[in-house]
Amino acid sequence: MARVEAPPLRAHVANAPAPRFFRDRARSVRFTDLGRGTSLAGRLADLCGRSVLVATVDQLTTALTLIELDGRARRITVLPPDIAADHLAAVIGRAEVDAVVIDGGTHAAAFDHLDRVMCAPSIVPTEQAPPVRRRSEWVLLTSGTTGVPKMVVHDLAGLTAAVAAKSPADGAAVWGTFYDIRRYGGLQIFLRAVCGGASLVLSSAGEPVAEHLARLARHGVTHLSGTPSHWRRALMSPAIRTIAPRYVRLSGEIADQAILDSLRAVFPQANIGHAYASTEAGVGFDVNDGRAGFPADYVGAVRDGVELKVVDGALAIRSPRTASRYLGAGERLAAADGFVDTGDMVERRGERFYFVGRRGGIINVGGLKIHPEEIEAVINRHPQVRMSLVRPRRNPITGAVVVADVVLKFERDSAAARRIEVRDDILKLCREALPRHKVPAAISFVPTLAVAATGKLERRHG
Amino acid sequence: MSVKLTIMREMQQVAREHGKILAPLNDDLALVDCGLDSLGFAVLVARLEDALGIDPFTAAEDAFFPVTLGDFVQVYENGAR
Repeated sequence: MARVEAPPLRAHVANAPAPRFFRDRARSVRFTDLGRGTSLAGRLADLCGRSVLVATVDQLTTALTLIELDGRARRITVLPPDIAADHLAAVIGRAEVDAVVIDGGTHAAAFDHLDRVMCAPSIVPTEQAPPVRRRSEWVLLTSGTTGVPKMVVHDLAGLTAAVAAKSPADGAAVWGTFYDIRRYGGLQIFLRAVCGGASLVLSSAGEPVAEHLARLARHGVTHLSGTPSHWRRALMSPAIRTIAPRYVRLSGEIADQAILDSLRAVFPQANIGHAYASTEAGVGFDVNDGRAGFPADYVGAVRDGVELKVVDGALAIRSPRTASRYLGAGERLAAADGFVDTGDMVERRGERFYFVGRRGGIINVGGLKIHPEEIEAVINRHPQVRMSLVRPRRNPITGAVVVADVVLKFERDSAAARRIEVRDDILKLCREALPRHKVPAAISFVPTLAVAATGKLERRHG
Repeated sequence: MSVKLTIMREMQQVAREHGKILAPLNDDLALVDCGLDSLGFAVLVARLEDALGIDPFTAAEDAFFPVTLGDFVQVYENGAR
């Protein structure tokens, strides 16, 4: 599919009508100064035309580095924060990395033989910024559960196609995200801020949710994005009441009706949208009618250049926003006709499609296949439930049964008698909405559920 | 509550939830005739694991499934000791 050119990030920065900021827990940096400055200590010229690994620890230095490298480095490989140390050598090899940008927090023996450039969380003026003259390859890593992550090749035009289509520049916007910007979902928000001439409030590793929300409130966040798990966690904090975003965005996991309704109740004035995107397929579409799933007529049509089809129950996407290929792996990213198989299973009910789960996440109960997500969506409808995780438990008769771990909304529901009542209620809800084999055999109440660095609920497939 | 009573109680609970009618429970009752189907038994074993802290069938090295209700209770009583 023909690709359009996109102005490099530096052009957006240089043309910003007013100073804009990246803010993390510790600092604010006026990134629009990068139009006439650098944070790479005079080394930027050395990185032009090379394959550069961005291995900064802080998101703020990552953000500065990405703006500097775009249009200058031949290839920009963005290292996610949770990469396993024993995968570094493979990543470096596959991307043919010959230089690495690090910051004060970076320590890895794998970088010892590379040309190392230090990024500082500040910008110093320079008159000798090298020109922007090439279309950089952007390489993002997937969050595979085993083995070396897949390395997904994009370019800036594809990465920003949805930004251009959806958001006119809104200089008054202050973007925030619960995501890390080194993941596709977070990178989209970084690009929205930079290309839209807006400031961006970054999350900081290990920062408690309440403090993060307080910081978002202090900086007047107007547009805020995260996964449904991020949002459920935020809703557990009273500090959620201190922010008043105009736009609330969910992506990365299935947005069920319960989370959309909870957000509507807390932010009655906001536009609340959920987006479908994946690292490989790019941004597929936005849904802004406040309802789970998406209109059936999205399938088969071409909208903003994006085409959807459903093959054997799985969503496939063809668009200028999809990645072009995997780096260094034999596996094809798209089929011969250009469609990317997302592995996300959908089901049509009436005039709408609903996401039911991942193809790889199916639980087999006595030969019957179950998507845990569809059971979670039912459990989450219970007014006392904040979030839930359905998982398999091995069973001598059916091979497995499904059991559920449930986080309640309110502490007062932790009284034992009340819990039994809620548990029976949830089971009743499940029995009414689901066939027998999908009703959890057991429900446990837990204080929290683990959310991975990707912002998604941690699922262990066994 | 004794192991046996716990099993009886959970069987009645699962039968109720699954819309099944249990046969009168006694030690000689064949499990296939008790009124629970295989999914019902699967759920029962999971519930008993929570109630009694053991799943004697998955834990056992020589896996066999008992024939009568009396054998079934015995397996749990042995496991609980």
